[in-house]
Amino acid sequence: MIRNDVAITPELVKEHGLKPDEYERFVTLIGREPTITELGIVSAMWNEHCSYKSSRIHLRGLPTKAPWVIQGPGENAGVIDIGDGLACIFKMESHNHPSFIEPYQGAATGVGGILRDVFTMGARPIAALNFLRFGEPDHPKTPHLVSGVVAGIGGYGNSFGVPTVGGSVGFDKRYNGNILVNAMAVGLARTDEIFYAKATGVGNPIVYLGSKTGRDGIHGATMASAEFDDASEEKRPTVQVGDPFAEKLLLEACLELMKSGAVIAIQDMGAAGLTSSAVEMGAKGNLGIELDLDKVPCREEGMTAYEMMLSESQERMLMVLKPGMEKEAQAIFHKWGLDFAVIGKTTDTLRFVIKHQGEVKADLPIKELGDEAPLYDRPWVESPKQPVITPDSVKAPMSEAEALLKLVGSPDQCSKRWVWEQYDHLILGNTVQTPGGDAAIVRVEDGPKGLALTTDVTPRYCEADPFEGGKQAVAEAWRNITAVGGLPLAITDNLNFASPERPESMGQFVGCVKGIGEACKALDFPVVSGNVSLYNETNGQGILPTPAIGGVGLLDDVTVNASLAFRREGEAIILIGATHGWLGQSIYLRDVCGREDGAPPPVDLAQEKRNGDFVRQLIRSGQVKTVHDLSDGGIALGLAEMAMAGGVGAEITAYPENLPLHAFLFGEDQARYLTAVDEDVAADILYEAGAVGIPAVTLGLTGGDALILPGQQAISVKQLKAAHEAWLPNYMTGKA
Amino acid sequence: MKSAVIVFPGSNREGDVLRALKSAGSQAEKVWHAETELPKGTDLVVLPGGFSYGDYLRCGAIAGRATVMDAVRAHAARGGLVLGICNGFQILCESGLLPGILMRNANLKFICHRQFLRVERNDTAFTRNYAKGQAIDVCVAHGEGNYTADEETLKRLEGDGLVAFRYADAQGHITQDANRNGSMNSIAGIYSDKLNVLGMMPHPENLIEDLVGGTDGRGLFESLVSSFPRAA
Repeated sequence: MIRNDVAITPELVKEHGLKPDEYERFVTLIGREPTITELGIVSAMWNEHCSYKSSRIHLRGLPTKAPWVIQGPGENAGVIDIGDGLACIFKMESHNHPSFIEPYQGAATGVGGILRDVFTMGARPIAALNFLRFGEPDHPKTPHLVSGVVAGIGGYGNSFGVPTVGGSVGFDKRYNGNILVNAMAVGLARTDEIFYAKATGVGNPIVYLGSKTGRDGIHGATMASAEFDDASEEKRPTVQVGDPFAEKLLLEACLELMKSGAVIAIQDMGAAGLTSSAVEMGAKGNLGIELDLDKVPCREEGMTAYEMMLSESQERMLMVLKPGMEKEAQAIFHKWGLDFAVIGKTTDTLRFVIKHQGEVKADLPIKELGDEAPLYDRPWVESPKQPVITPDSVKAPMSEAEALLKLVGSPDQCSKRWVWEQYDHLILGNTVQTPGGDAAIVRVEDGPKGLALTTDVTPRYCEADPFEGGKQAVAEAWRNITAVGGLPLAITDNLNFASPERPESMGQFVGCVKGIGEACKALDFPVVSGNVSLYNETNGQGILPTPAIGGVGLLDDVTVNASLAFRREGEAIILIGATHGWLGQSIYLRDVCGREDGAPPPVDLAQEKRNGDFVRQLIRSGQVKTVHDLSDGGIALGLAEMAMAGGVGAEITAYPENLPLHAFLFGEDQARYLTAVDEDVAADILYEAGAVGIPAVTLGLTGGDALILPGQQAISVKQLKAAHEAWLPNYMTGKA
Repeated sequence: MKSAVIVFPGSNREGDVLRALKSAGSQAEKVWHAETELPKGTDLVVLPGGFSYGDYLRCGAIAGRATVMDAVRAHAARGGLVLGICNGFQILCESGLLPGILMRNANLKFICHRQFLRVERNDTAFTRNYAKGQAIDVCVAHGEGNYTADEETLKRLEGDGLVAFRYADAQGHITQDANRNGSMNSIAGIYSDKLNVLGMMPHPENLIEDLVGGTDGRGLFESLVSSFPRAA
């Protein structure tokens, strides 16, 4: 009989984030009152972060399969086949709440956690990306959070030695009390050397590897599953502290150990640490797990079973080893100066048994801890449809040239150089396209292949119409990859939403997931991994619905690619895709007209695919080297970015008579690309497009040192660049 | 030519420099930090970029005292060539092979960007394939690259022509804007008295191919290889 020293009161249950009915469910399951250790374990397993209890039924609708998908959601990361016996392993994950409380360590350990997810599967990380959203610039906390998060991401990735090649940074008052820090990692492995979490064999040793266990991060996953209030800063002790050097050692030691053939199963200790990793390995393998906590390497004295089971100390791994190979494994870990301890064994009892100081502290049914977690079909309401704003109904408050200058220097559209220069984006010597383009490109080993990588979503579209916004997020990631010449293969999704217990935000979640699923199906772009982050709200104010999409695409020949920079004078600028002057929810409407209303641009997925496939073919055939996909700020901002990147101006002479100029230039119609080519190639492209019914028109010519919009005063490229580069550094030094 | 690339547990650009050495025609192998000897016939020792032992203390402070460094010091004393890049430069300063120290960047932030350097002299084993005064395009990626030395040391470095590279603009002009980490006299790299030890903050090994931005970094590795005409 298990001894129970602590009476489980309703208050204690509440402190553990369990609802009374959830606690009752647990008591019924085990047939007695739990010990405090068991209560801790179930709170870790049944919180939103680990159990996906509000999101699971909706996620089932997402497409997760394709001939090139080796492993979809449910493992540490998704795996796709990129040919030549190589697999690309990748995932994105949030660290929003810890980063708000302690920006440097929160962001740093977010990067550490996602790198670990990738190398746990046997992959060497080759690139990192991120997706960041901060509160409005005027909010007093914003500069501090930007500074800390960026330094933390750099501090971890730079030391670990992975290039941080891409990302997205934006500001909105809706993130004032709850920033978003989503980190993505991409790794490479041989397709026949991928490692999984599923334990096999009875009586096999369970080994603890890496850093020692301390009292940091206890209840981190529970914190991540609750709303914030004014007292949230008091939760700082639940934030873990990262050690990128230890992570680097852990990477090298794990990869070396995997090569030795000693590893049966491996799981990193992430959210809910030892608890979640051990349960996962046992449950997946239909085995019981018995742990002896006296063997766990501890950083502090006198740690209880409860603390050890809930610690989220970083840079730790759990493995099931082939029996008899302990010595060999230990030698590898000691070479790298890391702890190694056999702390338990697999059993045939299907029980999760925790022993400490000669006593059983927990004895739970292992499968049920995962399978019997509560599952909710939460009530939700559809977001009200917004009216469509016609182009003619929006009056231009300033000239188009003035509007463009304003936008290139605005917080969301300005250059993020200040951010990405703090990330080592050049290490490994394979970064073919650096941050600042549509998608990053990294060469795969010594070539000839390359990967195109991006993170994207437009939260204001998702708020105005979750379904269209979800579609658009996937379409834009697909377009980013296409614009550099990549074939989009798969995505990881990081679904950041407010409380699922409010029907409005649950409705946003449901709508966005449906939209994501629809777009993934239409574009052959399955979801292979992801993360759900709910309860992103403070004092009842929710964030914008933000399903960040991390996309991965393949270039068969990495030397055949496109970038957004104008290359030379006298090239014809061609617009591919239809333009209707869609201003609803546009950046122009928000930042120039001061209005945040209307329906967002609809996404026609058939057009998206047709136009994108056409553009990719132009790049792959070598006809086109300059491409930029259009999104925020439409044609005008697209042209400005191409001019700034290449240091070459352009004059736009053609525009439709039937649209107001500002709607034509700043509308955010989807499925569009700009390209610049020799005039004779231009004729071919226009002909080819016409033959398959793809809208394509010549807008003007590159040349000169200024961008000249129709009937507008010329804006020198120098002036554009000055505005574009100035805002963020000035803001961060208190000058903006 | 035979190169030995020293690998500390936290080195992370050893692969980059191995690739650059091999593509320039050098044999190159990794040497673990716990070794007490260099491989027989080593011509060049490279201390690569990274965070040797985490660098939570002063960068390179522990590595400067690592077992393998005795062998590196002996190699240098025999006149053997030693190249320290980034963390390697920091380690050379900490190990006593080069004077001065690398402080936090002037803006207190890690910086990663493309950077022009002016080649101060081209009569050394490291720079013979460059022109004197040439502006070369390389990468920079460091948090502590702000070269600092006492007045006397600085005077000696300048007087004896021991400054290898300075931060410059694309035309080779030394400007304040080009010196982003705040180094004294815009110093990006220095030689030892006998010109056989070079420490530099920037990464020539990351600019050896047009595909990833340019080839200006190749010259340094090709200079080294061409300094050993008879070797395989």
